[in-house]
Amino acid sequence: MAEATLPLQSGAEAPVKRQASSSALVRLTNYTLVKLATLLVTVVISVYLTILIANMGGYVDEIRRGQIQEAINQQILNNPQLRTLSQAERTKYIEEQVRIEEERIGLNRPFIVRSFSYLTHALTLNLGRAEQISSDSGSRQVRLVILERLAPTLLLFAAANLITFFLSVFFALYLSRKYGSLVDKLVVMLSPTSAAPGWFYGLFLILIFAAELGILPFDGMVDAPPPPTLIPYALSLLKHMVLPVAAWTISTIFGAIFAWRTFFLIYSSEDYVEMAKAKGLSSREIERRYILHPTMPNIITTFALTLITLWQGAPILETVFNWPGLGRLILRAIGQYDTPVIVGVTVIFAYLLAITVFLLDFIYALVDPRVKVGGGGQKA
Amino acid sequence: MKTLLRSIKEITRYPSAIGGLVIVGLLVALALYALVSMPYEKAIQLWRGGEEIWGENPKTAPPAWLNYFSKVKQPPTMILNTQDGTASKSQEVISEGMTDITMVFPVDYPYDGFPQEISIYFTANYQEKPPYVSLTWLTPDGREIRISDFSVDKTKTYRLSQDERLTRRLKGLPAEQGLFAAPGSDPVTALPGTYQMRIVATVFEPDATVDAKMIFYGQLHGLAGTDHRRRDLSVALLWGTPVALAFGLLAALGTTFTTMFIAAIGVWFGGWVDDLIQRITEIDAVLPFLPILIMIGTFYSRSIWLMLGAAIVLTIFGAQIKGYRAIFLQVKESPYIEAARAYGANSWRIIFSYLIPRVVPVVIPALVNAIPAFVFLEAGLALLGLGDPVLPTWGKIVNDAYNNGALFAGLYYWVLEPSVLLMITGLAFAMIGFALDRIFNPRLRGV
Repeated sequence: MAEATLPLQSGAEAPVKRQASSSALVRLTNYTLVKLATLLVTVVISVYLTILIANMGGYVDEIRRGQIQEAINQQILNNPQLRTLSQAERTKYIEEQVRIEEERIGLNRPFIVRSFSYLTHALTLNLGRAEQISSDSGSRQVRLVILERLAPTLLLFAAANLITFFLSVFFALYLSRKYGSLVDKLVVMLSPTSAAPGWFYGLFLILIFAAELGILPFDGMVDAPPPPTLIPYALSLLKHMVLPVAAWTISTIFGAIFAWRTFFLIYSSEDYVEMAKAKGLSSREIERRYILHPTMPNIITTFALTLITLWQGAPILETVFNWPGLGRLILRAIGQYDTPVIVGVTVIFAYLLAITVFLLDFIYALVDPRVKVGGGGQKA
Repeated sequence: MKTLLRSIKEITRYPSAIGGLVIVGLLVALALYALVSMPYEKAIQLWRGGEEIWGENPKTAPPAWLNYFSKVKQPPTMILNTQDGTASKSQEVISEGMTDITMVFPVDYPYDGFPQEISIYFTANYQEKPPYVSLTWLTPDGREIRISDFSVDKTKTYRLSQDERLTRRLKGLPAEQGLFAAPGSDPVTALPGTYQMRIVATVFEPDATVDAKMIFYGQLHGLAGTDHRRRDLSVALLWGTPVALAFGLLAALGTTFTTMFIAAIGVWFGGWVDDLIQRITEIDAVLPFLPILIMIGTFYSRSIWLMLGAAIVLTIFGAQIKGYRAIFLQVKESPYIEAARAYGANSWRIIFSYLIPRVVPVVIPALVNAIPAFVFLEAGLALLGLGDPVLPTWGKIVNDAYNNGALFAGLYYWVLEPSVLLMITGLAFAMIGFALDRIFNPRLRGV
């Protein structure tokens, strides 16, 4: 088996090697193109898989046909004018209505054909119209539906994730200096708390601060009715944000601090750090040049991945706090078999992830002189 | 292997890990107890049961032990039955064809609060003419309150709390308060002492009988309390233990070892195999994990085992592959692998005997750390209404509580009991995993 794959392997690597010896520009272009093509294929496959799953391979069509039939039968029962129709006429009317509705959401075409048109539409970011869900402003455009929910999600999760990220990195740096101190031991002790997800702490926070003390609202995003002017609105928003942001932060912060602290400690036991200490550099200087610098690629990667993941929200946390974000939109879309919305959210994420992965390679090369774009064959 | 055992022994040096082990041990014992004391079929039958099983329980009653911590003592459920001797029954022939059956229900009531509701369930045995009952309530201070009189069929349920005429007679108080209220108290307080319900049933046939069961539905119930469907929460709390442990453990085992194995294969065979695995990992990173599980639950089936399978499949090609891959890439270059190749070991032998053992130190902590994630995943899915349709689980209790506004209504026990169990389970495994991480990764040990 190993022998059998050997020729293939050398076949794949030979051109890369040959170009590596020629000019750097050619190597770079070549690498970029291959990388882009790979990422594109990844995006296509994963979006298509999502389409298949979101339709359960066509099974959802059966459910939707049943629903349409049901809805139209109900409509006829409720309409006195139609009740007077003769049996034959009524059957004809039902068939007609079912046909129109099926045509509206495209059920008249076979699923496999439709799945590919979903795919091309998704990949060209032509997100189309939702089947059931409309935005609060009444639009059926998936783009508008998503945009409307994006703001609340970004607000909540950007706050929570950015707080966690910066707090954990800086606090971890501080702890790596104070290794073994009481605070350090406390953080280490608390780090298992990150085993529980944010929504779980949300339950406790609601219990304490909303139900028992009554000082913060249970859920929602603003008071009902929403305050008409800007400043009271913002204050109300802030008041509603406290608990979900706290829940998210509590569930991630100690684990994150511990992970970064350990990471920094491992780097600060390198020989060159000892050397720098021996040279008598200030601890700030050591931190900046010998600890933060080599760990920059990791910090940037984590930050980038945090950024692109956070906008999707978290369905369970949003459900617990009744927050009108994207996570709950996805839940609703799934509940109503609204494929265009599900696929829309997925394809945006797929592109963002692909772009980030692509850019990270170049960013690594910028911040870390040891890394050359397309140089290492190992990194994928 | 010996070093592995030695490393595991080293865990005793970490007090938090010992705590974790003790908790996991207790949870396993609890799970075994659940499986032995309440077989699967019985648990499901109980949990799906309605009035016929849970009719004697109060609705949404907190656990009974809360009384120990509260100044205001609330009554538990009291059941008095003429058939099991908790209420007395005597007969007196009035005239030919007419007998009075007197049933006395003594109620010892030392509590400060009032019951939730009061009902009497009659069963009568007669040929043609139904018996006629009249109910009187005797208070400790000697008052006699006429409750009602009516004829009873073969079975009859009389709900005192819903009798509006009685409520009017009790000056607007519902029966469960009015009967126990101290006269003239405002706000209404309970008068402690021994009460008596006297039911005189007149039967018109020589061998006709009447029996009655009187239930004072309490404010508190049992070890764990009850939910909105009068179900005893201890059933689900108990049975949730093996379900949570099995789900967490199976998912963690299934994903960790498969992931490691796939990474080993990729690294060893290299070339297109490795490329393929890497590409699948990237595709998997794009696929929305939770939405896919939600879709499967919504469109297809909410069975916990299907969810388990789907979660495993989606996690196998997770980001951890990259970590194992990095280790395998190093190991692959070791001289002893070359030696193995030189003596002619085949690929599978090298993978199983030389590659995989080297990552066991990384895999074991990862395995233990993965357990809480899956336990909480199950609970989270249940909270979204995607819990297993038949099995009682902790997450489903939280979901029920949430849907019934437990936090708004101040029914904290309903949320806290399953949450605390979830928390304990999650923390216990996390603490063990944490210690294992330090034991197996020498770089972390001093840190």
